[in-house]
Amino acid sequence: MRSRKLKSIKSEPLRIALPKCPTGIHGLDEITFGGLPAGRTTLVCGGAGCGKTLLGIEFLVRGATEFNEPGVCLSFEESAGELAANVASLGFDVDDLVARKKLAIDHVFLERSLIEETGEYDLEALFVRLGHAVDSIGAKRVLLDSIEALFAGLESESILRSELRRLFRWLKERNLTAIVTGERGQGALTRHGLEEYISDCVILLDHHMTETVLTRRLRVVKYRGSTHGTNDYPFLIDSEGISVLPVTSADLQHVASNERVSTGVAPLDAMFGGKGYYRGSSILVSGTAGTGKTSLAAHFVDAACARGEKCAFFSFEESANQIVRNMRSIGIDLQRWIDKGLLHFYSSRPTTFGLEMHLVKIHRILKEFEPVIVVVDPLTALLHSGTAIETMSTLLRLVDFLKEQHITALMTTLTSGSDAQEQTEINISSLVDAWLLLRDIESGGERNRGLYILKARGVAHSNQIREFLLTDHGIDLREVYLGDAGLLTGSARVTQEAKDAAGAMSARQEIERKQLLLARKRKALDAQVAALQLELETEEQESLQLVAQEELKLKQWDQARGEMARSRSVNAVIPKGNSGSARPQRGRK
Amino acid sequence: MTKSDRAGKPAAPKWELKLYVAGQTAKSLQAFSNLKHICEVHLDGEYHIEVIDLLKNPQLAKGDQILALPTLVRKLPAPVKKIIGDLSNTERVLVGLDLRSRNTKVGV
Repeated sequence: MRSRKLKSIKSEPLRIALPKCPTGIHGLDEITFGGLPAGRTTLVCGGAGCGKTLLGIEFLVRGATEFNEPGVCLSFEESAGELAANVASLGFDVDDLVARKKLAIDHVFLERSLIEETGEYDLEALFVRLGHAVDSIGAKRVLLDSIEALFAGLESESILRSELRRLFRWLKERNLTAIVTGERGQGALTRHGLEEYISDCVILLDHHMTETVLTRRLRVVKYRGSTHGTNDYPFLIDSEGISVLPVTSADLQHVASNERVSTGVAPLDAMFGGKGYYRGSSILVSGTAGTGKTSLAAHFVDAACARGEKCAFFSFEESANQIVRNMRSIGIDLQRWIDKGLLHFYSSRPTTFGLEMHLVKIHRILKEFEPVIVVVDPLTALLHSGTAIETMSTLLRLVDFLKEQHITALMTTLTSGSDAQEQTEINISSLVDAWLLLRDIESGGERNRGLYILKARGVAHSNQIREFLLTDHGIDLREVYLGDAGLLTGSARVTQEAKDAAGAMSARQEIERKQLLLARKRKALDAQVAALQLELETEEQESLQLVAQEELKLKQWDQARGEMARSRSVNAVIPKGNSGSARPQRGRK
Repeated sequence: MTKSDRAGKPAAPKWELKLYVAGQTAKSLQAFSNLKHICEVHLDGEYHIEVIDLLKNPQLAKGDQILALPTLVRKLPAPVKKIIGDLSNTERVLVGLDLRSRNTKVGV
């Protein structure tokens, strides 16, 4: 084997773009825009129990399993057996990887009390061991966990420091992508100032306690030659390793769909112009306790599953079983969708972790299950695990993420009775596209449910309050009561409807009576008209007779006068035929 | 593979020592000569030194948890003791070999 004495530093080849080595860890590659700097060393620091070792091991395991890059772990704290046992709970089968020569674990154990230092030495054996392990499996990735243990094991810090410097250089020259872990120090990133040697990339792990709830956080402190997310990102360690929750894009770029999805309740669809919600929109259902929020969500899910769409139901108050049972009472059988694999329930207590943790979990489930419909019931349950500002920003992330994934989300919030109805605890109204408000209407000694649409962006929607009934065949929306007595519900509505019916009946009778009267009057008037007509005719007759008589009288008088005249002319007048010659006759005579 | 330096009786020696080095460096040569000298003076010939070159047998470093070089491992008498460095500080080597108490500077 060739000498590992590396006295001279080879000049590094010029890199045009920084090559990156994907870690395969959920979210981390997004924050670092591709992964850790390839062929360089990354420092992962943090306090005890932050998950440094785990991050390192996951980096190796994912490298070996997903990217075909074998890895070497030099463990200074735990033995190979302990490490394997520790990460077995995260689903990593280290022993198998070791057997397949994808992973090599070397436990470097140093006990100061058993070592006597007697003059000049170096850590060449460390190089030998590392080099041997790397060569034996052709490793591309290295984890040194935690190299700071050497500071406790060796007396001469100056030798150690110069050897560490040499080690990191050695790693770089072998083009190994390495993670070095280090304990968080007072006022410095690491207790022994490892950051002095590792300048390419530094990741800080941390945890915050907020009212007994622990939230783990990750921050990329430094990443030479690359942009990276700069915030504190919450992360989760669970049965599948580490998941980091990256803040989703700050720019609103999601595509808005014109497609509509049914609400699952036909009359409610009608209230949304007959078509329901927009696909990919966020819907908020708020209401006081027992107003039927979960039932409304169940309807939505039921309809989606019936269309063959995958739904994820995040429940923070009830177990899956309980919801299935309760929904059966209103005639919705969710179990069949669960059996078909279309519906997944994720029930957990809100207090299990912090808000961010829940969101990380939701993110991961969404990525794995890829549902098109998501229900969060209730969103309010998550709020008890964070401050108001945190809550707001994390919910914003969730809603943004859902929109980016083009997932139609229905979230319920519980408003307490004393609050203003139109105010959610978290003021997330600006985030949602549609807002349904369920409310109690108390009157006449009973409590009824009312539903109305507070807002629906881009959708023509009814402005009416509807009565909302939970029947054994699901939700029913009653027609709005349109009487002059205002919105009436329940018994009051029934009473009022009966009253209205009675009123209408009497009105009809009145009309009939009036019509009858009118007919009679017309008849009477008609008779009168006929009588008058008769009278007129009689009078006309009489006057005609009179006229005739008078005319006759006049004629007779005329005649009489003519006769008189004729009789007078017998004495003095020439007869009518000879009257012209009478005079000449007389003259001639 | 190993350099043996047998001095004393052919039977199992009282002192079983291993010296780990990486190649013939100045430090390793120095360590070997220092060790030889100390053994001659203090161990009364009842010792056996095995020199292991990790450049030739890198896998052997793991077994004895060798990190620093040169390292002297006292296999026998038990318990196992490790002394790192070029063994130039004879006092400390003697302490490391349990030939001298850590506190009192009185020879055995």
